[in-house]
Amino acid sequence: MDLFEHEARDLFARHGVPVPPGEVTSTAAGAHAAAVDIGGPVVVKAQVKVGGRGKAGGVKLARTPTEARAAAEAILGMDIKGHTVHKVLVTAASTIADEYYFSFLLDRANRTWLAMASAEGGMDIEEVAATRPDALVRRPVVDMDLGQAADIALAAGLPAAAADVIVKLWDVLVAEDCTLVEVNPLVRTESGEIIALDGKVTLDESASFRHAQRPFGTEVSDPLERAAHAKGLNYVKLSGDVGVIGNGAGLVMSTLDVVAQAGGAGPANFLDIGGGASAQVMADGLEIILGDADVRSVFVNVFGGITACDAVADGILQALGMLGSRATKPLVVRLDGNNVKRGREILVEAGHPLVTMVETMDDAARTAARLAAQGA
Amino acid sequence: MAIFIDEGSRVVVQGMTGSEGSKHTARMLRSGTNIVGGVNARKAGQSLAVEGKTLPVFGGVAEAMAATGADVSVLFVPPPFVKAAVIEAVDAGIGLAVVITEGVPVHDTAAFWAHSAGSRTRIIGPNCPGVISPGKCNAGIIPADITKPGRVGVVSKSGTLTYQLMHELRDFGCSTAVGIGGDPIVGTTHIDALRAFQDDPETELIVMIGEIGGDAEERAAAFVQQHVTKPVVGYVAGFTAPEGKTMGHAGAIVSGSSGTAAAKKVALEAAGIAVGRTPGETALLARELLTG
Repeated sequence: MDLFEHEARDLFARHGVPVPPGEVTSTAAGAHAAAVDIGGPVVVKAQVKVGGRGKAGGVKLARTPTEARAAAEAILGMDIKGHTVHKVLVTAASTIADEYYFSFLLDRANRTWLAMASAEGGMDIEEVAATRPDALVRRPVVDMDLGQAADIALAAGLPAAAADVIVKLWDVLVAEDCTLVEVNPLVRTESGEIIALDGKVTLDESASFRHAQRPFGTEVSDPLERAAHAKGLNYVKLSGDVGVIGNGAGLVMSTLDVVAQAGGAGPANFLDIGGGASAQVMADGLEIILGDADVRSVFVNVFGGITACDAVADGILQALGMLGSRATKPLVVRLDGNNVKRGREILVEAGHPLVTMVETMDDAARTAARLAAQGA
Repeated sequence: MAIFIDEGSRVVVQGMTGSEGSKHTARMLRSGTNIVGGVNARKAGQSLAVEGKTLPVFGGVAEAMAATGADVSVLFVPPPFVKAAVIEAVDAGIGLAVVITEGVPVHDTAAFWAHSAGSRTRIIGPNCPGVISPGKCNAGIIPADITKPGRVGVVSKSGTLTYQLMHELRDFGCSTAVGIGGDPIVGTTHIDALRAFQDDPETELIVMIGEIGGDAEERAAAFVQQHVTKPVVGYVAGFTAPEGKTMGHAGAIVSGSSGTAAAKKVALEAAGIAVGRTPGETALLARELLTG
């Protein structure tokens, strides 16, 4: 889960990483008040979880509280690459002498943590990596001490004083169970201080059990995603009109692709109900999908492994029974795997008016797309 | 033959007495796996009656290995305890540790992986369905009755897609199927399985299933080009996945322009691997190669 800049800044501050004084606010009046508190010139920054906000006009320098108010008025509510700005971070404007790049991230290929540092900060680091790879120092890291941090700083051309900040950023990575801690830019001010001017942090949601007090991650903007998460369902809203339910993340991703290949508006969502595919979970899943006004048909794609197809077929019928009149859209069901013959028989015998049974994934996707087009 | 596990494998289950552990211990036994005991420090000395067998519970992996000759451990322990349990298995010198548990913090996986460096332990998972050599041994939760012993090797990040392909190719049967897991970092990679399948005389064709996230498929493609002479058929899931959204598996995420299904498909095809557009088409490609 990615954090907002102001949340990353809070985590940095908690672990002693120097950050500029600042306040987060959702109103123009709040930005004015923050600028008064901070004193002197400030920067008003849109809080969105997407890159390129500077170019989009989401970062403005303000010399006075009145200018800060005007900047916040312009930025709040702005749409940046599909993300609406609900909050701004107002920070003291720093007098920058040099800008650097520093990050700790997961190196999936080598199955280790990687420190990346560059004296070319403030730019798109992927571009630096692509065009001037020598300017980006990469070091695998298992643990971090001041000596190693000093080595990395030296190799990358960062000031020696950055080593202490690097150790503290490692503390953030480990103590907060992050999979990414990125500072861009890390700056040296004219008075020689090292400050993390902008931060990006990704938290590992699997480690939530160690961080019960985390104040982050409650902001799920899509109402259907919020409802699904509340039921413990693995759901992602997409833009098409064929609702998708399946068991297993890989199979559901594959189902989305097959639906997209079938033409039409494509899949409306990702929903993995897991290996068991019980009646209750099926009902919960269908409830979420049928609550999506964009959905015109539903493709239920289950491979019966541990839970055999006859149990899955019973589960689908029970789920439809639980939903009653709330089940309104045609269901295309594709079953395969253990006891598939009996599973299909159960659905055929039941003859539920909403259910169409199709044998292969490819045909089922085409049928679901056709039904969606008819229902549109 | 087969890879990683066979009829000679002796399996202990860490977390055997828990609900998932006991359920799948029974299933593994029913599919012919030689399960020799379980490990749970708090229940040492007890036993579990399952499928007509009485399985001893040991206090530790080393003790279980000494008493039973176990060389494989399957782990069903809850996420907070996985790191310690894997490190215990590695320190005991077990040959293979299969970590089924989903939701293990990445820092814990990185730590037990670093700890295993230079050890004799192969780790599969976490967040995986395990490994099965049908008719010989089933270390994990892959349904045993969807195929038979045979000549197709399968390696995959995804459980159900593995089952789908095993099932579609059931008339040819399966030498071994390895679910390597969908987490950002996993112990055994596509490349490890490809290398083992290449060396396994029973495996005639390899099905490799990937999904969005990371660059494991790209690296596996390069490996196939250089080191694999057996036919390989590929499939990649997640063309429709939006950028920045985790699709079920913790590792299944497109970040910026990296980790896309399209890039993986291109890399696989550049390595001469036939890639199916759907699981069904992938099975057909395999079928043509096996009968052609």
